[in-house]
Amino acid sequence: MTRVRETLLPPAPPPRRTGGPAGWLRTNLFSGPGNTLTTLVILAGLALLLPPVFRFLVTDAVWSGNSGEACRPEVAGRAVGACWAFVGAKINYLVYGSYPAAERWRPNLFFGLVALGTAWMLWLDAPRRGLGAVFVFLVGPLLSYGLLSGTAVLGLAPVATSLWGGILVTLVVSLVGIVASLPLGILLALGRRSELPVLRYACIGFIEFWRGVPLITVLFMANVMLPLFLPGDLTVDRLVRPLVGIALFASAYMAEVVRGGLQAVPEGQGRAALALGLTRWQAMRLVVLPQALKVVVPGIVNTLIGLFKDTTLVSIVGIADFIRVLEAARADPRWSAPTIPATAYAFAALFYLAVCFSMARYAAFIERRLAAGERGRA
Amino acid sequence: MLQALVALALAGLAYLAVANASEKLARQGITAGFGFLARAAGFDIGQRLIPYAAATSTYLDAFCVGLLNTLLVSGLAIGLATLIGFAVGIARLSPNWLARTLAATYVETLRNLPLLLQLLVWYVAVRVALPEAQRPAAWGGAYLSQRGLVLPRPEFFGFGSLVPLAFGAGIVGAAVWARRAARRAGAGAEPGRFAGPALALALGPPALAWLGLALAGHPVGIAWPSPGPFGPEGGLGILPEFAALLLGLSTYTAAFIAEIVRAGLNSVDRGQGEAAAALGLGRAKALRLVTIPQAMRVIVPPLTSQYLNVTKNSSLAVLIGYPDLVHVFMGTVLNQTNQAVEVVAITMAVYLTLSLGLAALMNAYDRRAAPVTR
Repeated sequence: MTRVRETLLPPAPPPRRTGGPAGWLRTNLFSGPGNTLTTLVILAGLALLLPPVFRFLVTDAVWSGNSGEACRPEVAGRAVGACWAFVGAKINYLVYGSYPAAERWRPNLFFGLVALGTAWMLWLDAPRRGLGAVFVFLVGPLLSYGLLSGTAVLGLAPVATSLWGGILVTLVVSLVGIVASLPLGILLALGRRSELPVLRYACIGFIEFWRGVPLITVLFMANVMLPLFLPGDLTVDRLVRPLVGIALFASAYMAEVVRGGLQAVPEGQGRAALALGLTRWQAMRLVVLPQALKVVVPGIVNTLIGLFKDTTLVSIVGIADFIRVLEAARADPRWSAPTIPATAYAFAALFYLAVCFSMARYAAFIERRLAAGERGRA
Repeated sequence: MLQALVALALAGLAYLAVANASEKLARQGITAGFGFLARAAGFDIGQRLIPYAAATSTYLDAFCVGLLNTLLVSGLAIGLATLIGFAVGIARLSPNWLARTLAATYVETLRNLPLLLQLLVWYVAVRVALPEAQRPAAWGGAYLSQRGLVLPRPEFFGFGSLVPLAFGAGIVGAAVWARRAARRAGAGAEPGRFAGPALALALGPPALAWLGLALAGHPVGIAWPSPGPFGPEGGLGILPEFAALLLGLSTYTAAFIAEIVRAGLNSVDRGQGEAAAALGLGRAKALRLVTIPQAMRVIVPPLTSQYLNVTKNSSLAVLIGYPDLVHVFMGTVLNQTNQAVEVVAITMAVYLTLSLGLAALMNAYDRRAAPVTR
């Protein structure tokens, strides 16, 4: 005997939609009780936090004024947020420091040179990148030095480095660190892989020493000990001392990044180059190093981000970089108002965030491009 | 041949530097050597973990105070940064879009701002928002103001010293017991299983001692702070410099630790988490029992290098005036004695020792944690 159902079952409900805005909300924000609770807690937190921040930065902000008076709540007659008028009034000081106003075209030209060099290096398909490297590592620095400190040959009045300041100095310190640490770092990385024990141990010792101590102690050392080590009455410019420290410090970190790249190049590459009759130096320069450097571009950019952030430490040893100039501007009695510190730091944060975040994005872009290249080859 | 040349060049450079330095030092009338460490320091230090007085203490004492302050703030920052970092790193992989985005924003913002700027924000901008020292915010016997945080201080001397002694004994006992238990359980035992009893062993004795002293009529005294005319008085004061450095260091480092944790969790095969879910484990349990233990092998080496960075970065204390090793020794002592070479050498040797010591520890862990291949 067979039993056959005579009535149709009611249809089962369709599966929950996962597409569309409602579906997205359900999977990403309200997938379960715990998830819903998390969402609600975070939303409540944001509702408490974001409006005051927005009010501080935009609606309550003071956009114009000639002195700190404009940013005092009792004068303005309302709650006062960020005092952007302060940044507006101090912007030249924040960018150039005490560089003579009449000569400001020189830093401006320098900024132009930096932009040109940066674009040339970062744009991977740019024409004549070899020439670009010569520009960035040789012509650019010399030209910039002549331009900023003044040369008699070009008819430029000398400007003492004690007058340089602000973003100009931050940029100079970072660029010197970058331009010096890359070649030095490559040499150190090669030395660390050398077959000569004396050279290898000297490089290992050098690298591990700088990586083991904090940058601030390096800067103190450069400040007090560099003059001691030089012969006779030779003195070192106050700006040059931390530059030496930063260059040595950064080159040790760069060496480790480059070493990672050298290790990633299969040994067969170097051997094949030798078998083709290249000398060891040619094999390194034409075959191994180009492949190694290509792989470590993201690592190099990340080291540069660290270097750029670390340049703020020179303000501790008395160099008028962006942070120190900002602190000096903040202490101006003409601009004393309750929200001046927060305004100054918000401005600095936006500046560093913009620079570092775009560098980080660039590193990520290169990483994706390299990964795509690897997939294409496999 | 080339080797000899390199060695010769290095030796020559070193000789020139030393010769120049000793000539200049002689001209300035500074006697080289470490004798200055025994001279009286004559300056005060705002926070000290060991007895120190300006009049009687030596430069060596000042060095010890600074070193201990560095170790104190680094140790606490390491713990706090690890907690925040793991929370944020796990949140970055949360199924909740808001939690994910918030965690990513935290990481990208704090990683891309100089630590120095963040310390200034904590020390200057946040402190301005706190109440003035004359009118501190009070909360359960603790006072918070621009002059820092003042807490009630238990008085661990006389009979009271039994409590820290019991705590020390408890820690030793817990460590010994955990080792034994782990050995008895054999290879592959999960160390987290012993956390609960070990914690009880460590915290039980001091709690019992406290209770016992109270019952025996010798209760542990507590120094309660009181609001004075110039700010809170008495109690256990926490310097605003210390608090700013601790908060700045730990939130900054947490952003890096979060990325390390995320990379570690991502390195574990997806199938592990899926298998755990198939066995009926919830997300939290799957993370705690399956994913994180396997991720630790990838997480620990970069984590230790972050710990080292915390120790090195704590030297930024000099910016906001927290009396750490660099501030006390490379700052004040160097300025007073002019013994630049010795002071710089000692300070750098301390950091190098810490670095190399931690590197050795990490190598030992790496060898022990290497996966057993079957």
